[in-house]
Amino acid sequence: MADFLLWAWLGGLMIAAIAGPLGCFMVWRRMAYFGDTLAHAALLGVALGLLLHVNVSLAVVLVCLLLALFLSTLMHQRMIATDTLLGILSHASLSLGLVSLSLFDHQSIDLMSFLFGDLLAIGQADLLWVALACALVIVILVTIWKPLLAITVNEELAQVEGVNVALMRTLLMLLVAVVIAVAMKVVGVLLITSLLIIPAAAARRLSNSPEQMALLASLLGMLAVSGGLALSWFYDTPAGPSIVVIASALFFLLFSLPRPFRSV
Amino acid sequence: MSEALLTATNLGVKRSDRWLIKDVNMALKMGQITTVIGPNGAGKSTLVRSLLKLINITTGSISSIKGLRIGYMPQKLKLEDTLPLTVTRFLDLGRHKQHQLSPNLWHDLLHECRVEKLLAQPMQQLSGGETQRVLLLRALLRKPHLLVLDEPVQGVDVTGQVALYDLIGQVRDILGCSILMVSHDLHLVMAATDEVICLNQHICCSGHPEQVSQDPAFKDLFGAHRGGNLALYNHQHNHHHTSHGDIIDGQHHEDCDHG
Repeated sequence: MADFLLWAWLGGLMIAAIAGPLGCFMVWRRMAYFGDTLAHAALLGVALGLLLHVNVSLAVVLVCLLLALFLSTLMHQRMIATDTLLGILSHASLSLGLVSLSLFDHQSIDLMSFLFGDLLAIGQADLLWVALACALVIVILVTIWKPLLAITVNEELAQVEGVNVALMRTLLMLLVAVVIAVAMKVVGVLLITSLLIIPAAAARRLSNSPEQMALLASLLGMLAVSGGLALSWFYDTPAGPSIVVIASALFFLLFSLPRPFRSV
Repeated sequence: MSEALLTATNLGVKRSDRWLIKDVNMALKMGQITTVIGPNGAGKSTLVRSLLKLINITTGSISSIKGLRIGYMPQKLKLEDTLPLTVTRFLDLGRHKQHQLSPNLWHDLLHECRVEKLLAQPMQQLSGGETQRVLLLRALLRKPHLLVLDEPVQGVDVTGQVALYDLIGQVRDILGCSILMVSHDLHLVMAATDEVICLNQHICCSGHPEQVSQDPAFKDLFGAHRGGNLALYNHQHNHHHTSHGDIIDGQHHEDCDHG
């Protein structure tokens, strides 16, 4: 097996592993559209990173986090319906990102790789960063799992019981921002949400507890990455979309299973 | 003898130029059951939520004794179908490392709330009454000093409502906690209540339930807002006599002993 394929596979596996549990939270908290908006804003992060000559991943995390905080403030004020707000900001940030990127020298920027990912371009150095980011996400996630689950079930109940709801929400957004920054390499900004949502939704059919669902989502995501890479390798299809195609196929396969599989 | 667990002074909540509640002064005493009643839109939930520090208050202050543990039973629980959560796991989320029920107490309360048979069930498949009982049990897990119940009988049929109020009374006796309860119907909760606060943005009247039900302000409020006050009154009265008479008596003696 070629080295670059191995790096791509390892990177993809790690990202799918953390996308599993975070995707579950996005499904449980109905944040799919929210995640999409953040992912689109990632492109703006890329543009800013290039413009200001700072680390692109860092710029993406910062832009996503700022937008997430801004969004949750606006959503809290309820001046405008949430889906309208997300619809506006999602495409505004995507377009703003595309416009700013077009201002750069065309040769130096591979727009398609940002939009749809370029997993096969992951090198050893990238892999180290991905590993670090994934480790960070897992450590935080395990530490705050219970309060995070508590605010997902009912925020007011959790708050009365002493959970710092605002902190938990912010941490969750931070984690989503980090995952978006690393997952951008795998499937690109346009498809990130699918890597988060589809394995989680597919796992629901087989799970009896939140932890089981999170773990299964990771495994299904890893399966999708492996299958997608294989598809890409043997049939020369684009890697990112191939992964999403396999993930969707898994979802529909599990969805058509008879009900007895699921008891809770 | 009765120290206040929680005191609100000049409490006011204003949202977009409208006072939801205003000039509310109240104190929740140890071991007492306080019921807040009022018509729809009177600010009952706003009051409770501001006491719980879930919303920001515009004026006034809230003070509580140090280390006050509150058990909260929200009006309803909306759970996503996508979250696989059994009753056991739901209850576990409310447990506290330091303040746990003893195994005996846990079994007593589990039994009282009739949740034993529900433990393995998914939360989403519970009926309205079952959900309320599970929510009540969760509110009790941290051995609260104060139990706050926001319309605890919502979505429960009339027989279930009486049973639920009975249960709340029993729970108070077991844990010895104070209770703050919101209801839109005084007559259903009268038997189990030590103090009634009649709220319509501000406190119209307050005191012992029988005293409040005779208060002109109370009659005004419910007369004006409900039209068929008399019919409703009679209906509830009958209800009390047939299925609850002895409990009213028992509660009354207890109050006298306290006083």
